[in-house]
Amino acid sequence: MAHAEAHAHDGHDHDHNHAPAGIGRWLFATNHKDIGTMYLVFALIMFFIGGAMAMVIRLELFKPGLQFVDPSFFNSMTTMHALVMIFGGVMPAWTGLANWMIPLQVGAPDMALPRMNNYSFWLLPFAFTLLLMTFFLPGGAPAGGWTLYPPLVLQAGDSFGFTIFAIHMMGISSIMGAINVVVTIMNMRAPGMHLLKMPLFCWTWLITAYLLIATMPVLAGAVTMLLTDHYFGTAFFNPAGGGDPVMFQHIFWFFGHPEVYILILPAFGIVSEVIPTFSRKPLFGYESMVYATGSIAFLSFIVWAHHMFTVGMPLAGQLFFMLSTMLIAVPTGVKVFNWTTTMWRGSISYEPPMLFALAFLFLFTIGGFSGLMLAIAPADFQYHDTYFVVAHFHYVLVPGAVFAIMAGVYYWLPKWTGHMYDLKLATWHFWLSTISVNVLFFPMHFLGLAGMPRRIPDYNVQFADWNMVASIGGFAFGLSQVMFVWIVLKSVRGGGPKASARVWDDTNSEGLEWTVPSPAPFHTFETPPVIK
Amino acid sequence: MSIQKKLAAAAGLAGLAISAAAFGHPESSLNLPVGVTPISQQAHYLHMLTLWVCVGIAVVVFGAMIYSMVKFRKSQGAVADTSIVHSTKAEIIWTIIPVIILVALAVPATKGLVIIEDTRNSGLTVKATGYQWKWQYEYLSQNDGKTETPISGVSYYSALEENSNFTRQLGSGLDPNQVENYLLDVDHPLIIPSGVKVRLLLTGNDVIHAWWVPQLGMKRDAIPGFVNEMWIQVDEGKEGTYRGQCVELCGRDHGFMPIVVVVKTKQDFAAWLAAQQPAAATATAATTASL
Repeated sequence: MAHAEAHAHDGHDHDHNHAPAGIGRWLFATNHKDIGTMYLVFALIMFFIGGAMAMVIRLELFKPGLQFVDPSFFNSMTTMHALVMIFGGVMPAWTGLANWMIPLQVGAPDMALPRMNNYSFWLLPFAFTLLLMTFFLPGGAPAGGWTLYPPLVLQAGDSFGFTIFAIHMMGISSIMGAINVVVTIMNMRAPGMHLLKMPLFCWTWLITAYLLIATMPVLAGAVTMLLTDHYFGTAFFNPAGGGDPVMFQHIFWFFGHPEVYILILPAFGIVSEVIPTFSRKPLFGYESMVYATGSIAFLSFIVWAHHMFTVGMPLAGQLFFMLSTMLIAVPTGVKVFNWTTTMWRGSISYEPPMLFALAFLFLFTIGGFSGLMLAIAPADFQYHDTYFVVAHFHYVLVPGAVFAIMAGVYYWLPKWTGHMYDLKLATWHFWLSTISVNVLFFPMHFLGLAGMPRRIPDYNVQFADWNMVASIGGFAFGLSQVMFVWIVLKSVRGGGPKASARVWDDTNSEGLEWTVPSPAPFHTFETPPVIK
Repeated sequence: MSIQKKLAAAAGLAGLAISAAAFGHPESSLNLPVGVTPISQQAHYLHMLTLWVCVGIAVVVFGAMIYSMVKFRKSQGAVADTSIVHSTKAEIIWTIIPVIILVALAVPATKGLVIIEDTRNSGLTVKATGYQWKWQYEYLSQNDGKTETPISGVSYYSALEENSNFTRQLGSGLDPNQVENYLLDVDHPLIIPSGVKVRLLLTGNDVIHAWWVPQLGMKRDAIPGFVNEMWIQVDEGKEGTYRGQCVELCGRDHGFMPIVVVVKTKQDFAAWLAAQQPAAATATAATTASL
């Protein structure tokens, strides 16, 4: 990886630090740091909204019997929880981190297309206003699952058009953001910043961007077909008109499976930077990590029907998808082994970013194990649509993607704000989150194996104990996240010691972002740095 | 090794042993049931095989991680060996070994799939239709190995049993613990014989549903416009009542359309079926009247 000679920016300080004033600064932002900040703030708000829905779910599931919500509203909760967390939480958080860090890490003054960047962001509050207002429409919010399977989804009331429109807006936002990432990385790297010298966060985002460009249009196609089936008399998915409900599932999951890799690949990038920094050792097998990420991305296109093992696929299809899905374990395993070897014979310290990265390593791997079990089709006939699946994807998404996001925020926050945050409080946040996330999701493995289906608001008393445990974990996890907001706010407002340019002194932090002052000036790298 | 490390290792091993014991017991509330059909037993076998493979890999990988986190702490004076940056040999080894492990898993998994998908030579065919929000069962035909005999007139709905239905209403104030087989009981269960390969045809009337009884080991979607098929054969000697649920989100009462299967001996089933058929009933009535 590259080290830059520090350039003297001091003589031009007031230009670099001049940000526009007032609301216009945000509405008309074209600066990658401001847009990155907006994405991250938006994502944080969405995490709390999605989290509130999860609290409603766990509250109803606390004991057998229906105590709080109508089953239709419960179905809306599960549906909207997923839509908000995936499209409003994780994806905007990754885009926010990309916006902040990619130009800094490649030595570029901004993203390639700053105005398009602005539109990409502002589409999101608009889209989510549309989606969330469906709660107040006749018929309520969508309740057919975030996977939108017809014919059920076509039974939705007035919310249907709003939902489809919102999804289109989110998709356009993602596509434009992805284009920006690709063009920035391919065209605006500083001289000497060869692709195989880039930080792994840039690599994983480059590959993620290609996945987004390839798959978001497929989702757009699928939901447009739903739209015309509902309003314009087409019969893509209506058997009475010669259509096929299973075709929707194929199209949706052709998007849906690469989508979950879109959700996790940037996490791999973050962890690949944090672990070497706090192990004081370079990443083991950099090139191997790049190839493994590329392999995962390629394989992600040929495994989609493992979400559909029970639809009645021919044997040949089931075999193909089972085997291709099992194969993905290989490059993923390679990455885990490389991270572990990075720590081996290192000199490790346990600051909050490292704590979250290590929790990711452990707990994402557990999610990977349950994923391998799900790939085995004959066994999947017992796991499918049970809480075993819920356990799997929450392990890879929460202590997986979300913990990696927090690792990234805790890693780069002092660079953004210029102040080190309260490390002790952040360590408390870490332990409370890690313990409660396991109390919340590990019992779901047992529930699924014991036979509890997904997406049900009430259950037989044999499932009561583990549900109560999970709900307690859920409330604890939700409450712990308030600490995160407090820590971030305090750092933004200027509490805490000033951070140096290096921030994490006496570590192995590599990357051009550590050569600019903290907080990073409004404009950076207006002259490209020299890469050795 | 210091005393703390010995204690930690012992605790870890004890924890692993207890979990293994709890998990390994066939009827543990923590684990998949072995079930009463060859398919369920195959699924359980593959599940345990994959699980133990994962545990084995976890012990090695997590062991290396924990060891590193303890032994190579900066606070204890560890100095980083920055020469360990890459090893093509290591990359090859830890690519090839997982592939070998995957092949070892794929072979029995493939064999299992082939058996599951073979619905030929069934002795009884029943059609299950998913409705919002109940099931309908229709007995279609029997096959004694030589001829296929259609069954007519045996068809009924199977809906959530009354007690459960009252108790589950929002704000009912009734206690689910007081209801036997709460949410897992129906008014008219599916009745099948043991020792017979039963072919289940599945379809949906309105939206996609899915039919599943954990002890029987197999689930399949019930899709409008399609007829899916699956087979189950309950081992002889395992007669009894088995309960399951709809497992594809199908709307408001998705959680309230359970499945109950009563498995009878071949003779008891024959007697039951004969009593269901309207022709038999009419014949019996006519015979009685003519006496």
